Amino acid sequence: MIRVFVPGDAAALSVGADAVAAAIREVATALGHAVELVRNGSRGLFWLEPLVEVERGGQRFGFGPVRAADVASLFAADFLSADRHPLALGAVESLPWLARQQRLTFARCGIVDPASLADYEAHGGLAGLRRALAMAPADIVREVTESGLRGRGGAGFPTGIKWKTVLQAEGPRKYIVCNADEGDSGTYADRMLLEGDPFLLIEGMVVAGLAVGAEKGFVYVRSEYPHAFRRTEAAIASARAAGLLGADVLGSGRRFELEARLGAGAYICGEETSLLESLEGRRGQIRFKPPLPAIQGLFGRPTVVNNLVTLATVPTILANGAAAYRDFGSGRSRGTMPIQLAGNVRHGGLVERAFGLTLAEIVEEFGGGTASGRPVRAVQVGGPLGAYWPTSLFDTPFDYEAFAARGGMVGHGGVVVFDDTVDLARQARFAFHFCAVESCGKCTPCRIGAVRGAETLDKVIRGADPDANIALVRDLCEVMRDGSLCALGGLTPMPVISALDHFPEDFDRPAQACAAD
Amino acid sequence: MDGPAAAASGAAFDAGAVIEIAERLQGLEGPLLPILHALMDRFGHVDERAIPVIAEVLNLSRAEVHGVVSFYHDFRRMPAGRHVVRQCRAEACQAMGGEALAADLERQLGVSFGGTTADGRVTLEAVYCLGNCALSPAALVDGELVGRADADGILARVAGGAR
Repeated sequence: MIRVFVPGDAAALSVGADAVAAAIREVATALGHAVELVRNGSRGLFWLEPLVEVERGGQRFGFGPVRAADVASLFAADFLSADRHPLALGAVESLPWLARQQRLTFARCGIVDPASLADYEAHGGLAGLRRALAMAPADIVREVTESGLRGRGGAGFPTGIKWKTVLQAEGPRKYIVCNADEGDSGTYADRMLLEGDPFLLIEGMVVAGLAVGAEKGFVYVRSEYPHAFRRTEAAIASARAAGLLGADVLGSGRRFELEARLGAGAYICGEETSLLESLEGRRGQIRFKPPLPAIQGLFGRPTVVNNLVTLATVPTILANGAAAYRDFGSGRSRGTMPIQLAGNVRHGGLVERAFGLTLAEIVEEFGGGTASGRPVRAVQVGGPLGAYWPTSLFDTPFDYEAFAARGGMVGHGGVVVFDDTVDLARQARFAFHFCAVESCGKCTPCRIGAVRGAETLDKVIRGADPDANIALVRDLCEVMRDGSLCALGGLTPMPVISALDHFPEDFDRPAQACAAD
Repeated sequence: MDGPAAAASGAAFDAGAVIEIAERLQGLEGPLLPILHALMDRFGHVDERAIPVIAEVLNLSRAEVHGVVSFYHDFRRMPAGRHVVRQCRAEACQAMGGEALAADLERQLGVSFGGTTADGRVTLEAVYCLGNCALSPAALVDGELVGRADADGILARVAGGAR
């Protein structure tokens, strides 16, 4: 029986992976080949999707991108045992794009069968949890603190400190909440893990529960990820059936229950207090802080709210020890970061590396420049609230402090590439527009500022008194940055100001005759 | 429930089904969103008449339930077209011609974003990120993710009169 892998990841499905899988099954049956088809997650080399892999002698050989129409010729070229077909890529692990990565959190993604807990365990899964089960809660927290792990959702807050606060908070009931409301454009790391290695998240959440004394967790998945949500629910059901979740976690006598919940199309629910409101069944409006969610979170109880990647990194830290994780990275940014290359990029996909790669290495060496073949003009790093940067800043190392020092942020690790056809005045306007669409409405700088910002940039774009209107926009940005209650209003100025600072020529528009003026 | 056609006409409203869903889920911690999602799955929209019914079961005010229904982009108040195209309008898709695709879809369907074609065939909506940013532009067509989307491909998927 030869094992053939065709990803069941949503991105692979979006370019025809199901049809490829069906064709392989059909032709294999017709030709009498005994093939076991595995629907793995994605390796994250999206320009090669659907990436079909064949296991020969314990090694996996890749073919891609494969269309259903290629399947007959793959069999004709005997792809089950030879690499003669033009789509042959050779041993997948040796592809330079993968070989140059340091996959810790994504070590299994794209490799294992994400529906199989046995496969997860056979590839090193549950080692971290088994170690944690033998540790005192404070020791688990100390391990996470010493690893240097910081929140991968964008804020970069030290995870161990958050956990320690929840551990020390008194209360009969505590919660672990996974923020899988991955709304930043240019990011898909959470989605890939939910679809490609969901037991990793479950393990991380159980460890978090042991560490702080919580017996219930929620995974809040955005509704734009219907496929990932189904995978998550299936994995939770399997974990419960296998005793990884429930009243007696792995026979330890410890309890941890987990529920997946679906968002409803609100970017603001990626903000932790809005997410908690939403889980409680209310409008996703942010809460004042303090009190911190760690003290009064879900239903007023002490709550750990962590990004999915943060929680999914915990099992690796517990399995290999804090020092092994902390040894990766640069400065105060320890460990690895899953960087997601997106937009107009030739080789788009997931690059997990220790902090410290420069933007040039990410965009040019991994990304291979633009998909359009035109010059790179700008990147936006860190989602819709991240800065637009020109190539002159490409020497910036990917690390929390280095980005902040230059007026940007690493955010959740998304890098969106634009070629020289981009109009940064329009991108700046979009930043305001997006804020207006997604504002929860609680604070005035965000609710009103976003609308006024878009209107004012419209005037700039049609050349109406640009100097005065740009000054007004800068002033407005200051108000939004300093006066908003949360990061949506507070950071919307970042893409706007960075576009103004680095691409002033795009705001220097000829006046257009316009009756409305 | 008299079937999707009746629901779409607004003629029928099955309070019993709403009560059944609400009572089945009310034991959850924070049951309102799961209840509203269940109504969306069953009826395709959240009927105005469901709001007091849910409020009664959960012991909330109608205003509270209305506030939640109206806050979230996902909860439709009216039935959608027979097909729903949700095109990503966010940055990674903009970088790959997403705005031109949006204009193309509006022109070919003869409808603006947020609207439904006159024949009730297609609802066109904006969405901000589908997590397919390395294969942009992306769209969700009747719940199926499409990568490297173009207008012809999307329109071919919604060409039929029914799903």
